[in-house]
Amino acid sequence: MAKKPLLEFTNSGIYCARGRFYIDPWKPVDDAVITHAHADHAYVGHKHYLAHHLSKEILLYRLGQIQLQTVAYGETVMKNGVKISLHPAGHVIGSAQIRVEYQGEVWVVSGDYKLEDDGISTPFEPVPCHHFISECTFGMPVYTWKPQVQIFEDINNWWRSNLHHGVATVLVGYSLGKAQRILQNLDLFNGKVYTHGVIENTNEALRRNGVLLNPTERITADSVKEEVRQGIILAPPSSVGTPWMRKFQPYSFGYCSGWMAIRGAKRRRAADRGFVLSDHADWNGLISAIDATGCESVYLTHGYTATFSRYLNEIGFDAHEVHTLYGEEDPSNLPEGEAFNELTDNPNANKVLSIGEDLSEAGGSVS
Amino acid sequence: MKAFAQLFLSLDETNKTNEKVKVLKDYFNTVPDTDKMHMLALFTGRKPKRQINSTLVRNWAIEASHIPTWLFEESYHVVGDLAETMALLMPETTNSSSKTLTDWIAEINALNDKTEAEKKLWLLDSWAMLDSQERFVFNKLLTGSFRVGVSQNLVIKALADISGVAAAVLTHRIMGSWLPQTYQYAQLIAEQDAAENISRPYPFFLAYPIQETSEKQKTPAEVGIALGAAADWQAEWKWDGIRAQLIKRGGEIFIWSRGEDLATEKFPELHPFLHALPDGTVIDGEILSFQNGQPMPFNVLQTRIGRKNLSRKILEESPVAVIAYDCLEYKGEDIRSKTQSERRLVLEQLQAATLFPEVFRISALINFNTWEELGAIREQSRAMIAEGVMLKRKGAAYQVGRRRGDWWKWKIDPLSVDAVMIYAQKGHGRRADLYTDYTFAVWDGDKLVPFAKAYSGLTDAEVNKVDYFIKRNTIEKFGPVRTVKPELVFEIGFEGINKSTRHKSGIALRFPRILRWRHDKPKEEADTLESLKALLGE
Repeated sequence: MAKKPLLEFTNSGIYCARGRFYIDPWKPVDDAVITHAHADHAYVGHKHYLAHHLSKEILLYRLGQIQLQTVAYGETVMKNGVKISLHPAGHVIGSAQIRVEYQGEVWVVSGDYKLEDDGISTPFEPVPCHHFISECTFGMPVYTWKPQVQIFEDINNWWRSNLHHGVATVLVGYSLGKAQRILQNLDLFNGKVYTHGVIENTNEALRRNGVLLNPTERITADSVKEEVRQGIILAPPSSVGTPWMRKFQPYSFGYCSGWMAIRGAKRRRAADRGFVLSDHADWNGLISAIDATGCESVYLTHGYTATFSRYLNEIGFDAHEVHTLYGEEDPSNLPEGEAFNELTDNPNANKVLSIGEDLSEAGGSVS
Repeated sequence: MKAFAQLFLSLDETNKTNEKVKVLKDYFNTVPDTDKMHMLALFTGRKPKRQINSTLVRNWAIEASHIPTWLFEESYHVVGDLAETMALLMPETTNSSSKTLTDWIAEINALNDKTEAEKKLWLLDSWAMLDSQERFVFNKLLTGSFRVGVSQNLVIKALADISGVAAAVLTHRIMGSWLPQTYQYAQLIAEQDAAENISRPYPFFLAYPIQETSEKQKTPAEVGIALGAAADWQAEWKWDGIRAQLIKRGGEIFIWSRGEDLATEKFPELHPFLHALPDGTVIDGEILSFQNGQPMPFNVLQTRIGRKNLSRKILEESPVAVIAYDCLEYKGEDIRSKTQSERRLVLEQLQAATLFPEVFRISALINFNTWEELGAIREQSRAMIAEGVMLKRKGAAYQVGRRRGDWWKWKIDPLSVDAVMIYAQKGHGRRADLYTDYTFAVWDGDKLVPFAKAYSGLTDAEVNKVDYFIKRNTIEKFGPVRTVKPELVFEIGFEGINKSTRHKSGIALRFPRILRWRHDKPKEEADTLESLKALLGE
């Protein structure tokens, strides 16, 4: 009989039976190891959480009072004889890959990751393993990113040009990760940075955590509209088209996302400017990251899993598609936060899932 | 080409009309006159002849991208645009080229007598000297299909602004067939019309609907409030055929469809009456299939549209006639500025004199004294094989393009059924990588029978929600098509219903679209094929 794999895919999330803990579970469990604080990875309701130090304040801010243990990258935690350590994923501040080891067998769960050093998140480090559980949000060859220096040059030029033409500048990106990455790369000689409350709350949590961010000013009822229009406004996707945003008119509105690589997706967002800036690995990034782990098999959790696994198998990897509740094929289709609600409110969530089909067999082949 | 590529990018980067016009003006002001005319041709649907078939272009692009064919196809489904897919998949280049749009189009046209090997060499070389955005527009040139999200009106407005020639005049001067290689910018903007072009049609005058959507019904009283005294208006049936302009000039005849396609040869039965018209006559009308003096539904006409060869059988089964609406030119004089009533008199005289009254018909005026009376007559539209009624202000000139004020269409409410979504496919363009093209079914016993496809009618937010549902409730995948768990119910509206031997359901709908998402209805309460077929009698 085949040995039970160290990690398996269950209705609640990625599970380690030997260590009796879950990684990024979406149903309430006793013991959860969290890759990063985004809503589709860090759910509310677990009895105990383990995450990186830099995720601490943001998790407390987002999930309320939880029982949380935090560790540094590379630090080892033992759970029922299973060795756990966190390694930089480069996705957002505090994001980690989870390395799980038992009796010499090593699994790594990537969470979300990108390879480029964004100047604020600890850069991605490949972690050698036997089994790699990877995202592939942008696992199609049409997604290839340019270096962020080029993108920020475009963003800063656009901001300058808006100032010149007397229109306000509104830049949209996710409140955790994208917003801070943008903030740290803006040319502050252009003006001040104003933030939507959701982003400023996130910034404050990160600052409490000791992260040094460029100065920002929260937009409140007392903000002077004409002053705000002289700076740049950072806003989350959920604010697009709201009265809150409209009060800064006339403005030019930019959207930072990997989805902006496709003209149709860009036109759908009706953004004035689409900046191709992603916190996920692009096509080549995914392949080189997977290759660098030296893994025997790779499991793809979310994104273009069918296409990407087929391609990986063709070029000689042992790749498998698995079904999880992480990510959206296009998360920007839903306002931020809505994805979370939809998932928990969906009475069909269990029926829709088809999880763990051929995994015990796949895992067993290792032993 | 850099300027043309930048034009595309800049147009994409704004949704504001004024800025689009500004971008267009900036473009016109930077490029040579020959480029202006090529751009104008492309933006008004006059694409260059396809010199390399798109399968070859696609195959060579796959080669240049170093990926397997299946992955290219998958990428295409994600991007939703062939030209863009090819541009994205090819490796970045460090070369660059200073060729203009005119140069490139000349090179493309010169491929005509080249061998396949020569074409391939040229294409690979060309790709290697263009950056990603240039490649995208270049691929568009090669493969046709130039949809830019900029209306012809905006391009004309920009041209009018920089040339000082009125927009209506420019719109007229770019009607019909012309080649950017020979039609010069100087001719286009000359004070006096310099081009001798006897085939050139006038821009069509088009009506807006008086009720914006079928959900916003207008009562006759409301129509009255909007339009004023009934006596100031003439009403006609709104016929459902092919809107056309029929021209007799210099002994020659031309038939133009509203899409500015020259369709003279498609309607041979109209030739005798056209030849018999006095020289210098232009008629606006609707071409329909007629049998025994009765107009036939659009699907009868549809059987002969798009056929290269019109067999005797087709001509016998689906003979056409024109129902004339208006006269735009009489005795060589443009009479568009005369009033509706004056032009109507001219049209009536012309029609009264014809020896071919069976094919040269006139759109009868509907007698009515009050809006209520007309409202009641409108209810008979379906029995008349009409889509509703047209309202035209008696004192109005024949204008250019779609205008509010003097012409209105007052369509009848669509027929509708509640149907279950069973298949879905990804859309194209701005709906790329989203499931937006749906197939709907009604009950036939305990089976769901597909009967219509519809693409439009939902808001963006609803499309996102449906897409979310589809991605999580897929039963099977057949290539790009997903079989979806039957659950969501939609109200499908359509203009007409006819028997069809080509469809499994035995029926074909005219203009099906989604009226609304019936969140309140479980799939069991969707309509039946039987109830749909009952509408056939109406």
